Amino acid sequence: MIRPAFVEPVLDSQNCFRAVLEAMSRPGRVQRLTMALDAPAPLAPASAAVLLTLVDAETTLWLDAGAEAEGWIRFHAGCPLAAASDAAFLLATGTPPALASLSQGSDESPQDGATLVIQVESLEEGAGWHLTGPGIEKEHRLAVTGLPAGFVAERAKLARNYPRGVDVILCAGDRLAALPRTTRIEEG
Amino acid sequence: MSHDPGYNFAYLDENTKRMIRRTLLKAVAIPGHQVPFGAREMPLPYGWGTGGIQVTAAILGPRDVLKVIDQGADDTTNAVSIRRFFNRVAGVATTTRTPEATVIQTRHRIPEAVLTEQQILVYQVPMPEPLFRLEPRLTETRRMHALADYGLMHVKLYEDIARHGHVASAYNYPVMVQERYLMSPSPIPAFDNPKMHRMPALQLFGAGREKKIYAVPPYTAVRSLDFEDHPFRPHRADAPCALCGSRTSYLDEVVTDDRGGRMFVCSDTDYCETRQADQAERGEQAA
Repeated sequence: MIRPAFVEPVLDSQNCFRAVLEAMSRPGRVQRLTMALDAPAPLAPASAAVLLTLVDAETTLWLDAGAEAEGWIRFHAGCPLAAASDAAFLLATGTPPALASLSQGSDESPQDGATLVIQVESLEEGAGWHLTGPGIEKEHRLAVTGLPAGFVAERAKLARNYPRGVDVILCAGDRLAALPRTTRIEEG
Repeated sequence: MSHDPGYNFAYLDENTKRMIRRTLLKAVAIPGHQVPFGAREMPLPYGWGTGGIQVTAAILGPRDVLKVIDQGADDTTNAVSIRRFFNRVAGVATTTRTPEATVIQTRHRIPEAVLTEQQILVYQVPMPEPLFRLEPRLTETRRMHALADYGLMHVKLYEDIARHGHVASAYNYPVMVQERYLMSPSPIPAFDNPKMHRMPALQLFGAGREKKIYAVPPYTAVRSLDFEDHPFRPHRADAPCALCGSRTSYLDEVVTDDRGGRMFVCSDTDYCETRQADQAERGEQAA
């Protein structure tokens, strides 16, 4: 049996969208989702909610979450699946695909760059990375566990292609934070 | 309060909202870049704020408090209609008080009160392309934005100075966002441009007829174009407000009779009324 999606599709997706918009506008600030959502493993509530909120028949999706999760999101969102290099949205529950292999958009249409949702183990404000860039008054700090070791360096390499790039949404349990392509990360 | 059950919450269908939401996220991720979107027909004509309304409808939730201003005023036709529209189709609370609002939709002004991190400012934009009077072909302007090739705009400003002695734009004064994209601030007075610079609130721009959305994230650098020897100088009428006496707010000139009588009053009605109420209270306490 396919598990249900949002209990209140209209209000829950609005609620989740505002959390994502807030996360994208203030990179490194952790948002908490409050709606009930019983998504199939290995999907965390936050990553499942982000997909339900943003993905539909007009967007392509790549995910590595197994047959049940794939069936679940295809049933509820009706989205076509695509190879990682072509997908508009990607969900990585394991090791994410190489950032440079994803769609970056073009200089004229940088908005065609992919949105990559990565499921991580934990997200905490106030320690870890030092983030600067648009949306950040002085500096935000974000501690992330569960990302592959080379992630920050790999992402920094893409910065020179701006405005082309990839935007990242990090999800852990019912929490999420975002790293738009403009955010600079210093490890420390 | 509940919304009219004849409509989906906030009027738009869920597919349209998702499309606009995806567009908004990319707009925030690339500050100042115009992202095309599939603007829908709305129950009011182009030029009345269809872009702003679609952005507001895509972000609005039942707990939001909405304020709508038209040239700074809460009580003009456009502002009243849009406020009533969302009150009916989304059942949201509305206010005229700037500090109480969580979402402020605006036509051609930024409120005088300093906006906070808890607020979102939604601009109605008639023409999102800052270069359109200089280069009418969108295929060309897209390439100019891609290459950050903005020499044409500098030449225009230079020619203004050569002819008039100053930059002849009192509104819709072009800005650079995060030193990358040239952006139209919508037809706000140049007086308001400095408020956009590193504003704590998120700024979203919707152009319905032109089908573009763009954004300025909080604390983002917004610089009005100028030259070292002709620095940017926003214009303000040299008078105090006739109603509240403010010497710092943006003023409208109001003709009062047919014998040349006129007065200057604050364009931001909430700012002006709040100041008048404070002055009356202080007067009572003193008496």
